[in-house]
Amino acid sequence: MLMRLKRDLTMAEAARTPGGARVDLLAVVDMVAPGAKVLDVGCGDGELLRLLAETRGVDGRGIELSREGVNECVAKGLAVIQGDADTDLADYPDDAFDYVVLSQTLQATRQPRIVLEHMLRIGRHGIVSFPNFGHWRIRLQILLGGRMPRTDNLPYAWWDSPNIHFCTIKDFRQLCHVVGARMEKSVALDAWGRALRFNAPWWTWNLLGEQGVFLLSRRGTNGTNGAAPSTRAAR
Amino acid sequence: MVEADFSVALQPADRAREADTPHSLVVRFGMDKPLPLDAGIDLAPFQIGYQTYGTLNAERSNAVLICHALTGDQHVANLHPVTQKPGWWETMVGPGRPIDTERYFVICPNVLGACMGTTGPASTNPKTGKPWGLDFPVITIRDMVRAQAMLLDHLGIASLFSMAGGSMGGMQVLQWCASYPQRVFSALPIAASTRHSAQNIAFHEVGRQAVMADPEWRHGRYFAEGTNPQRGLAVARMGNHITYLSDAALHRKFGRRFQDRDNPTFSFDADFQVESYLRHQGSSFVERFDANSYLYLTRAMDYFDLAADYDGVLAQAFKGTPTRFCVISFTSDWLFPTSESRAIVHALNAGGARVSFAEIVTDKGHDAFLLEEPELFAIVRGFLEGAAKARGLPPARG
Repeated sequence: MLMRLKRDLTMAEAARTPGGARVDLLAVVDMVAPGAKVLDVGCGDGELLRLLAETRGVDGRGIELSREGVNECVAKGLAVIQGDADTDLADYPDDAFDYVVLSQTLQATRQPRIVLEHMLRIGRHGIVSFPNFGHWRIRLQILLGGRMPRTDNLPYAWWDSPNIHFCTIKDFRQLCHVVGARMEKSVALDAWGRALRFNAPWWTWNLLGEQGVFLLSRRGTNGTNGAAPSTRAAR
Repeated sequence: MVEADFSVALQPADRAREADTPHSLVVRFGMDKPLPLDAGIDLAPFQIGYQTYGTLNAERSNAVLICHALTGDQHVANLHPVTQKPGWWETMVGPGRPIDTERYFVICPNVLGACMGTTGPASTNPKTGKPWGLDFPVITIRDMVRAQAMLLDHLGIASLFSMAGGSMGGMQVLQWCASYPQRVFSALPIAASTRHSAQNIAFHEVGRQAVMADPEWRHGRYFAEGTNPQRGLAVARMGNHITYLSDAALHRKFGRRFQDRDNPTFSFDADFQVESYLRHQGSSFVERFDANSYLYLTRAMDYFDLAADYDGVLAQAFKGTPTRFCVISFTSDWLFPTSESRAIVHALNAGGARVSFAEIVTDKGHDAFLLEEPELFAIVRGFLEGAAKARGLPPARG
């Protein structure tokens, strides 16, 4: 199901750089230190892992639910296993990775809170990107249309959507507080994949950001130890 | 006929010749190079029959070790000297194949305890001048791997680029990675497990009892007594062969169709196609395999429990391993089900290994690893491609 979401994002050709890479992936890439060990949970067809390997030289691993996605990744030479974020993260030891990435995955899990907690346990950092349900266009569709919204990024009808736990950027900030995650960096991307001005207040991010990308660490741990670059905005 | 006719042209004495002087390469280790066995015995002298394909590069960095399964042998990708059939993995190994012999130097040894040129119960015991029979020590997967390591030493190969094997071959791959992690750059355990399950031990016991119940078995001394326990071995093979397939595959291939007849004969003749097929499997197996070897190799598989060597913690077997793994299972394999492969993957993850895992959808059961499975080929090819890049091997030609 994670795979399907990514395929649709790809098909929508939403917000790509001239090089063809998705800007939300580039926002993730920007948060990863070179040479790091990275686990991409819900890695789809492996595009992010490929980007990370090529541009950051990372030692990347992936978990993907869909069998087609996994087999495609392995045939590309990526280290990916077939597995479920909801059940299989529990098997990973503490601090096994420098970064654990949930790129467009969190909203498709059954238990986002538990997944997020595992992410912060397994990785010294977590990176989460998700579609912001608080975006003005989505609000408008519910307010005026009175129906569940459908956008380029979220093209499904409510009954066949793999995305079962939507949240807004504001909601996500609350969850981070609940699980004891510290937000080290945040980026909101608008409909064109441009990063919103870093000094904009939170409520504008929640209204104008179609996607949020967050770099997290456990509160009380010094996760910043020279690992993360200082870039705040996506290219 | 009511009883199946398993009589074959090739007699045990012919096979004994293949065991001592095989139609393949062979390396003989003398009294000065004994093989220490888990049973506490030093086996010496002993020999390993093996085949190679392709060319070892100057850096000696492109060697791939293939480990065969219970009833396989070293003839991976050449005409079989006994059956005159194609090699058992010709779809996987060869020029331009996923394990490309134009790029890699492929080695496949016959396993210890088998009967195609590596020392086993059909080989001549140098002390008596007669076949070992049941005097041959009981061997383990670890013993097989130890012998293979001696072969690699002999060939001057310090580190393997990769190794691959299905079923019992996969067990050897896993044992290699635990015993000699620094010697294995990448590994493909396919349809494998780190321990033989109770159900699998049970199937093997049925097979062994079938062999031993054959009056011609003579407590393993059939060579000396001029008999041939082909019925017992054929029945063992028939029983095991069912476990290599799946209900769906049997139904697809045979259904309830009759064999060369329109109606049942109201006898115990092979009315059904599936019966005829199994009888054929039985008789073609006894032609090329030694009954005592069957006992020893099934025993070695039964004894295999990798975690037991590491206080029951499988992850310890792979802790800090530098090997890149690609674990593969098949949806309809009920002998080595996906759950077994998942247990390997969990242990590898816990040990921090670089691991890929793919489950392939097929109705062909455990045998799928030997069959035409395009997805399997694509995954093996892609995995080796990635590993070759990491190893610094030159890319494939045109």
